[in-house]
Amino acid sequence: MEIIPVVSPLQLKRQQHRLDSPLTHIWQILDQVKDPEIPAISLWDLGILQAVYLAGEVGDEQLKVIITPTYSGCPAMKEIQVDIKKALTNAGYPHAEVELKLYPAWSTEFMTEKGKSDLKAYGIAPPKSSVNSDHAVSCPHCGSDDTQMISEFGSTACKSLYKCHDCLEPFDHFKCI
Amino acid sequence: MSNEKNNAVANYAIALGDDALVIGQRLAEWCSHGPFLEEDLALSNVALDFIGRARMFYQYAAKVEGRGRSEDDIAYFRDAREYTNLMIFELPIGDFAFTMVRQLMLDVYSLAFLEQLQQSNDQQLSAIADKAVKEARYHLRRSAEWVIRLGDGTAESKQRAQAALDEVWGFTHELFEVHDSEVTLIEQGIAVDRAQLKSQWDSKINQVLSQATLTRPEDDWSTNGGRDGLHTEHLGQLLSELQFMQRAYPGMKW
Repeated sequence: MEIIPVVSPLQLKRQQHRLDSPLTHIWQILDQVKDPEIPAISLWDLGILQAVYLAGEVGDEQLKVIITPTYSGCPAMKEIQVDIKKALTNAGYPHAEVELKLYPAWSTEFMTEKGKSDLKAYGIAPPKSSVNSDHAVSCPHCGSDDTQMISEFGSTACKSLYKCHDCLEPFDHFKCI
Repeated sequence: MSNEKNNAVANYAIALGDDALVIGQRLAEWCSHGPFLEEDLALSNVALDFIGRARMFYQYAAKVEGRGRSEDDIAYFRDAREYTNLMIFELPIGDFAFTMVRQLMLDVYSLAFLEQLQQSNDQQLSAIADKAVKEARYHLRRSAEWVIRLGDGTAESKQRAQAALDEVWGFTHELFEVHDSEVTLIEQGIAVDRAQLKSQWDSKINQVLSQATLTRPEDDWSTNGGRDGLHTEHLGQLLSELQFMQRAYPGMKW
């Protein structure tokens, strides 16, 4: 029987890493850390949080958290690093190290299904399934597909501006890259 | 890596960072001066992408050269003569037509350049390119749309777009001239052979210009020397603003 993949290979790799990780409690702490610009979505669901592991000699391990920036000029990265450190320190892990890795380059494929529905509930149209998809961007307010892009650039690097011809509301769309 | 190779890679990364920082600073000059709100946001967003790109290159250069300099030292404590950006990046923003026409020249070039840099043997340069190439795609989509709209627009917008094109054209040739410092790196599969990008650039530029009903200028003059630290008078003025705080209060932090 042929298996039809429902998640992208990139997403699968991330999910697998988390499932295989013994550091369940750390992941749960980090789930509480949200994107500072879009506080509706966690760093994991947005795809910024890539990996958590222990490095170094047994008995003298150091907790490492790997994150990747969405856009190269994202001004929130510094704040995100600080937020992660703060959350882990408050939970009793003051020596964790947060490392920024550029590879693999962030893509909207890293975003989880929960992340997409969180975005929508927050009023931001989630990214399309692929860059080349010509499917219309649905209005997060009324669900209509009769929408129009006003500008490729919105309030942050990751969003573009749309308006809905049905409910007449403007909305942000999370760009697909 | 040997010391010599480290230095060559660091200098290469600094040159690429300089290209990105200088155009990022130029585009940021539009902040709060854009023709309308959405365009103001768009220009600032693109500026931010370039500044982010500059930071990635400088951070890597700082690490590779191992001289204890930080990305900020590289950006703030070098004079114009030490900046090695190509001259087209430093030209003043001019009017909106000049900004968009110059951006089209650069975006077509950047996309082709980054697609090649993705293949670099240097893992970090390749990772930076992977990241930046996605942004270059929508930068180009936008600048091409604008040039078509201006060129194929009113008599006024067409005249301005053509004047911008005539003014910037001589500065585009330098984009494809390989500098001596890049030759060995190209042989090692680290740097991009920019001369090879010319035909791809030509065909895309010709296509957009024809859609925009603009006339491709003659290749009758060109500039050269940016990678040697030779610049137009405009770079010094740009740096005096960019570096002011760190020059007045060295080491200050927000």
